[in-house]
Amino acid sequence: MSAVIQPADEREASLAGIGVSRLRKEDARFIQGKGNYVDDIKLPGMLHMDIVRSPIAHGRIKRINKEAALAIPGVHAVLTADDLKPLKLHWMPTLAGDVAAVLADEKVHFQMQEVAIVIADDRYIAADAAEAVEVEYEELPVVIDPYDALLPDAPVLREDLAGKTSGAHGPREHHNHIFTWDAGDLAAADAAFAAAPIKVEQHMHYPRVHPCPLETCGCVASFDPIRGELTTYITSQAPHVVRTVVSMLSGVPESKVRIVSPDIGGGFGNKVGIYPGYVCAIVASIVLGRPVKWIEDRIENISSTAFARDYHMDGQLAATEDGKILGLKVNVVADHGAFDACADPTKFPAGLFHICSGSYDIAAAHCSVKGVYTNKAPGGVAYRCSFRVTEAVYLIERMVDVLAQRLNIDKAEIRRRNFIRKEQFPYTSAFGFEYDSGDYHPALEKVLDAVDYPALRAEQAARRADPNSPTLMGIGLVSFTEIVGAGPSKMCDILGVGMFDSCEIRIHPTGSAIARMGTITQGQGHQTTYAQIIATELGIPSEVIQVEEGDTSTAPYGLGTYGSRSTPVAGAAIAMAARKIHAKARKIAAHMLEVSESDLDWEVDRFKVRGDDSKFKTMADVAWQAYHQPPAGLEPGLEAVHYYDPPNFTFPFGIYLCVVDIDRATGETKIRRFYALDDCGTRINPMIIEGQIHGGLTEGFAVAMGQQMPFDAQGNLLGNTLMDYFLPTAVETPKWETDYTVTPSPHHPIGAKGVAESPHVGSIPTFNAAVVDAFAHVGVTHLDMPHTAFRVWQALKAHNLAI
Amino acid sequence: MAKKLISVTVNGKLEERAVEPRTLLIHFLREELNLTGAHIGCETSHCGACTVDVDGVSVKSCTHLAVQCDGAHVTTVEGLANKGVLHAVQEGFYKEHGLQCGFCTPGMLMRASNFLKENPNPSEDEIRMGMSGNLCRCTGYQNIVKAVQYAARKLQEAPAA
Repeated sequence: MSAVIQPADEREASLAGIGVSRLRKEDARFIQGKGNYVDDIKLPGMLHMDIVRSPIAHGRIKRINKEAALAIPGVHAVLTADDLKPLKLHWMPTLAGDVAAVLADEKVHFQMQEVAIVIADDRYIAADAAEAVEVEYEELPVVIDPYDALLPDAPVLREDLAGKTSGAHGPREHHNHIFTWDAGDLAAADAAFAAAPIKVEQHMHYPRVHPCPLETCGCVASFDPIRGELTTYITSQAPHVVRTVVSMLSGVPESKVRIVSPDIGGGFGNKVGIYPGYVCAIVASIVLGRPVKWIEDRIENISSTAFARDYHMDGQLAATEDGKILGLKVNVVADHGAFDACADPTKFPAGLFHICSGSYDIAAAHCSVKGVYTNKAPGGVAYRCSFRVTEAVYLIERMVDVLAQRLNIDKAEIRRRNFIRKEQFPYTSAFGFEYDSGDYHPALEKVLDAVDYPALRAEQAARRADPNSPTLMGIGLVSFTEIVGAGPSKMCDILGVGMFDSCEIRIHPTGSAIARMGTITQGQGHQTTYAQIIATELGIPSEVIQVEEGDTSTAPYGLGTYGSRSTPVAGAAIAMAARKIHAKARKIAAHMLEVSESDLDWEVDRFKVRGDDSKFKTMADVAWQAYHQPPAGLEPGLEAVHYYDPPNFTFPFGIYLCVVDIDRATGETKIRRFYALDDCGTRINPMIIEGQIHGGLTEGFAVAMGQQMPFDAQGNLLGNTLMDYFLPTAVETPKWETDYTVTPSPHHPIGAKGVAESPHVGSIPTFNAAVVDAFAHVGVTHLDMPHTAFRVWQALKAHNLAI
Repeated sequence: MAKKLISVTVNGKLEERAVEPRTLLIHFLREELNLTGAHIGCETSHCGACTVDVDGVSVKSCTHLAVQCDGAHVTTVEGLANKGVLHAVQEGFYKEHGLQCGFCTPGMLMRASNFLKENPNPSEDEIRMGMSGNLCRCTGYQNIVKAVQYAARKLQEAPAA
């Protein structure tokens, strides 16, 4: 053995473990056109499916004529709800405890609802055939506004629920009412309000938006009638859950269902749900005995797959005269569309909305969310956020600003006065969440110093004093706390399956490794970052650690990737599985070095005999021994599986500041500066974190400044192509400045909290606050999003600020 | 539907195929030639995931007919690297973390390589404008700008032989 031992720091650097901005392992295939997305998959004998959709938002199906479609050469089948009925597949359960039509059963409930499917030799013939299916409708009155939906004489939308006075989440008080869900202590909140000298209230609508990943949804379903096995390649953020649901729906045993999420072209919550198109393609494959591909187009994606938000919120704060918040009350009317298909943990029909007390120490709080049916597409997913956390953060950040304006207290100062203090962690909120860790005050000061906040306020004052200024200046400041990493199975499940996640690691005899998880990357870089966790835990270079996800036949069961849960839950499972291997490796090393385990020290990549650096065994040495000649009494091999049920959520936080200049002539808003400080606990790969933050900020910019799904009175969606639905280009997108603090999670094995959604959650209220702040001097406390030039110009006109 | 015979040189290889006149170039490339690098994101020319080069011009192949390419030279992302050596834009996107989910990347790369021929030494604003026909939902463009700057530097240092 060489006498020269490479120094520990050099060995550590060569691992590329936690904390290293390691370049991404997945990039080689993507930059050379060798990704493998669902639409890239071609199977022998594969047919193509297209969907006949409803042109109207509410109506009865009088007649469907398939003849012309079936007469087209190359058309194999046209199926409607009547064809699915004998299989009991014309309706399916939703994740929210409701049912949704797979194909419209006698009635259509929203524009673009699935009415029939056609299967043909290629996608052109399938499109021709879909056009040729004749459907006759009797139009029914349409309900678009959720408040109208609750009027006593509102049309009955869900006739299939007639007589059902209770749903999955308690009593139904009206034929279009789904649930009313409460959290917190109303009596305590009422008492706080009764005693408080200051009360403010604000109504706000968080518009309906769509996650709109660049890849639309789709699948290739392939049923092998000989083996009785079903394989489906699918755009899913949760392939294991899909397997369970598909097995329950189809009757094919779960052991014969294989779901594969290959490369996914962005998800952002849109690919959590199980859509009728998937179910229909699977049925078609079973019926025809051939593979069937279904890929939706962009109009179908925006019109019919899961939307986000659409919360009509009334917030109230009670406070002292110096701005100390005493109580919070919130009432929400939530527009869920035609079927309740929200993707939330089963017990929480409004997700984790009760994080709405935010970063503040509020003694008494209550919220109530009322879910309502309307003639719109179902959904209610978390668009790049944890379940309904975006809505919650928006609500509390808006309310704190409203209070600051009422009391004429600076918006930074009111936050200082109300923040949960460092010494209060772990902190139990009035809604019962235990915040794991946080340190808000220094983060706030860091941002204010970085942007020279007093100078910005002075500039704004000067601008306001100048009646000829061509622009208005606004400063938005937000201090958000997220709740991610769903979640502890005592609180969180989906259809009864606890929201744990999993990891299996196998160390090969020559010291390289493969690891598989129950999550699935959609651009987050799991193949890179997960390997870094293992590299640090086990001293194996991340370069030789393969990470695989998404194939239910090989990966351990997990709940998937959404709600920033991959690092908090699967990341923890990785560390725990690695530690099981580490414990076994220590036994083997002790045997090899002929010392007791307690005489060994672990250093970067090796066990060494305490006091003698020349006596050591690397993890690679141990791996060979594990397969070659393990110690007596120890089974061969070196692998472990861990299912991690987190003890709590994690609570990342951040301080964001935005400066805008609004053109008083045109209403155009220029983002002059956006400064984002994030604290996601331990940072695994800073390069990837920064990339995730850039992306989340850009999606937040899109939501705040342009995205909406407007409907006319007949239920027509007025913008469902990328011509109308705002996805910012490189030209509109602001330049981002990022910063960070590190406050590790005390309960996570490596202290990480999750990050990719914080910038979306945090930036939307920041942009909004900046625009509103530009109008604050004329008494404006709130403006609803999106802040398009036209809408801002209307606000300028309304307040005599336009020139 | 009657088919028409077309000859297209794709990534340097002559391809002769009979296609329906309505066949879109993106489907010709993906389904007929199995070149699945270019993607379909919107079918309306907005997202640019389908961007390829046709006779030296960036073209959105989701709204371009295959028959329009009869006699043309088409380059896709699969033809960007030269004998296993990555093109400067490919290297730039990798080194500067200019991609996440990878779905827009083939179109971005094809646009970037063409843009740098049009403007070898662009300013940041020129890059943002020059790339504005290609949408990305993941990166927020900041690292895409850096990736194009990286490629511009590299191409200027070592001009193609």
